[in-house]
Amino acid sequence: MIRFIIKGLIRDRHRSLFPMITVTMGVALTVVAHCWVNGIIGDFIDYNARYATGHAKVVTRAYAENLDQSPNDLALLDVDQWMDTLSHRYPDLDWVARIKFGGILDAPDSLGETRAQGPAFGFGINLLSKNSREIERMGIRDGLIRGRLPQDSGEVLISESFARRLEVSPGDTVTLLGATMYGAMSVHNFRISGTVTFGVKLLDRGALIADIKEIRKALDMENAAGELLGIAKDHHYDDDQMNQIKSDFNRHFSESQDEFSPVMLSLAEQNDLASMLEYIQSMVTIMIFVFVLAMCIVLWNAGLIGGLRRYGEIGVRLAIGENKGHLYRAMILESASIGFFGSILGTIAGLGIAWYLQTYGINIGDLMENATMMMPNTFRAGITPPAYFIGIIPGLIATVLGTSLSGIGIYRRQTASLFKELEA
Amino acid sequence: MKHIIIYFLTTLTLYAQYPDGNVLLEKIDRNMISRNKIIISRMIIHGRRASRTIESKSWIQGSEKSFTEYLSPAREKGTKMLKLDDELWTYSPSADRSIRISGHMLRQSVMGSDLSYEDMMEDPKMQNLYSAGVIGEDTLLNRSCWILELQAKVPDVAYHSRKIWVDKTRYNILKEERFAKSGKLLKTTDILEIMQADDRWVAKRIIFKDALKQGRGTEFILESIEFDAHIPDYIFSKAALRK
Repeated sequence: MIRFIIKGLIRDRHRSLFPMITVTMGVALTVVAHCWVNGIIGDFIDYNARYATGHAKVVTRAYAENLDQSPNDLALLDVDQWMDTLSHRYPDLDWVARIKFGGILDAPDSLGETRAQGPAFGFGINLLSKNSREIERMGIRDGLIRGRLPQDSGEVLISESFARRLEVSPGDTVTLLGATMYGAMSVHNFRISGTVTFGVKLLDRGALIADIKEIRKALDMENAAGELLGIAKDHHYDDDQMNQIKSDFNRHFSESQDEFSPVMLSLAEQNDLASMLEYIQSMVTIMIFVFVLAMCIVLWNAGLIGGLRRYGEIGVRLAIGENKGHLYRAMILESASIGFFGSILGTIAGLGIAWYLQTYGINIGDLMENATMMMPNTFRAGITPPAYFIGIIPGLIATVLGTSLSGIGIYRRQTASLFKELEA
Repeated sequence: MKHIIIYFLTTLTLYAQYPDGNVLLEKIDRNMISRNKIIISRMIIHGRRASRTIESKSWIQGSEKSFTEYLSPAREKGTKMLKLDDELWTYSPSADRSIRISGHMLRQSVMGSDLSYEDMMEDPKMQNLYSAGVIGEDTLLNRSCWILELQAKVPDVAYHSRKIWVDKTRYNILKEERFAKSGKLLKTTDILEIMQADDRWVAKRIIFKDALKQGRGTEFILESIEFDAHIPDYIFSKAALRK
């Protein structure tokens, strides 16, 4: 039966070509949209985890209230002790201490007076320990443009565009003007070891990275850190797992009455990421639903047109005694075959486009000149296992649903008037 | 009709009793501004974690020039600040650098206090920045005072409007509230103690509070003040920062 139907479809192209093209295009679009959104969400989570939020983060309760301001006067103390506790209790996560800070980076002239300056946003990270993975995590090695990585605690990396703006080069001395943990003015000299590009507009505007020990010295933060970040060793963010870890930590170590008591936050709880991810997910669902609906309407139409064209054929088949139900089922089987093959072709085409977008991406850096969110400059698609079958479901549903609607007409044909219709 | 006339007459009589706000502002400026002065002060900054005390000595000439050297604690000792007209420079002995403070940095807090660099840079002669009107009377520190409402008359001021409580006879400010253009309260100043220096009345103990910050504010204590002192010219030069 199936073989008979397929033969019919191949031999009568009018019956299959238009629905097949529609399904292929619809499925390809669904696959590309799925991979594109998946890639953006994945990159978004990954960049945020690596640069800003971790998969989980421990800060003081007071710091958590003003998280976006990185208030170091509310930083966590006794960091070594907390790091030990976290590493032993939650070994699935890599725990790192970071200090985020703001200030003015000032480049001197030959007299030691201000020649150029600009607002800077910095990270104090574990740059110099041999077993630190921070350099890889923040993509510093790959992003190095000029000079080299810091080898000494007094050295600093600054973003390439910031260095060009200040007209400084590796080997030059710059001064960070900021505030210590206790609010005093901090004026600290650093030697530039190299310049980097992060691929994130927010950081490329004016970021600097130095070893956390030197930043502690500059900001008077002995054994203190603004944030302790936990990053899953498999780099995969699992919201349920993080919520379990978070609940366990907060139950055991966080005291609601003490504003300097530590509190753990999951990635989704920071920077409004939860609502943003939820929004993107619902947009994907709506998008796929709209695709299916649009394809259904198109295929229903195609079915109606086909029905008109095949008016005679259906009439003959009914006249020679074929059961209406059998005919209806045969047409649905026919459309299921079109849907299936169209879906396969669409999936192949969609995966091809998605692969291109995954490999080369689309650079939107120029559109993000004033971005305040941690987002990559180049958006890429992400091909995940569901991409191999996600298009088949709407492809099949649309064709079958389209034919089911248009095929209802079969039941309206009256056997008694068939010969009259055929004679006419 | 009779009631309306009585109301208008009462209001007019009340307003007639109030002095001209701009005349009061001139008297306030005359009390506050001198040819020059040398101040030794202490600033107690009450942070959320701890309090810090900073001692400093300032040399001030008119409203254009000032030079401040921080005397303690050890971390701040030797840090200097120089204001020359609309330029503000700071020198740090640990970095041996003279840095110009400009742009958005001017809005930052001075030494973690509730005062900003912008507050330091503001023209102390209020007549130049505001027009004033008297809106009421009050009693503070057992002194009878006028309440003045100040509205900015130049565009680039840090505070769009202010409300000040001024001693009726000594013309020194006893309380102040500073507002943004939106009407939001930004800073408050409460004078806790007054002292006489020569023929002027000056605030000895003040609490500055940034209304947008948590914490108990910054206490400023005037240890000594010397008006019309001899200040050598080199003090107000960038070279003096490194000395």
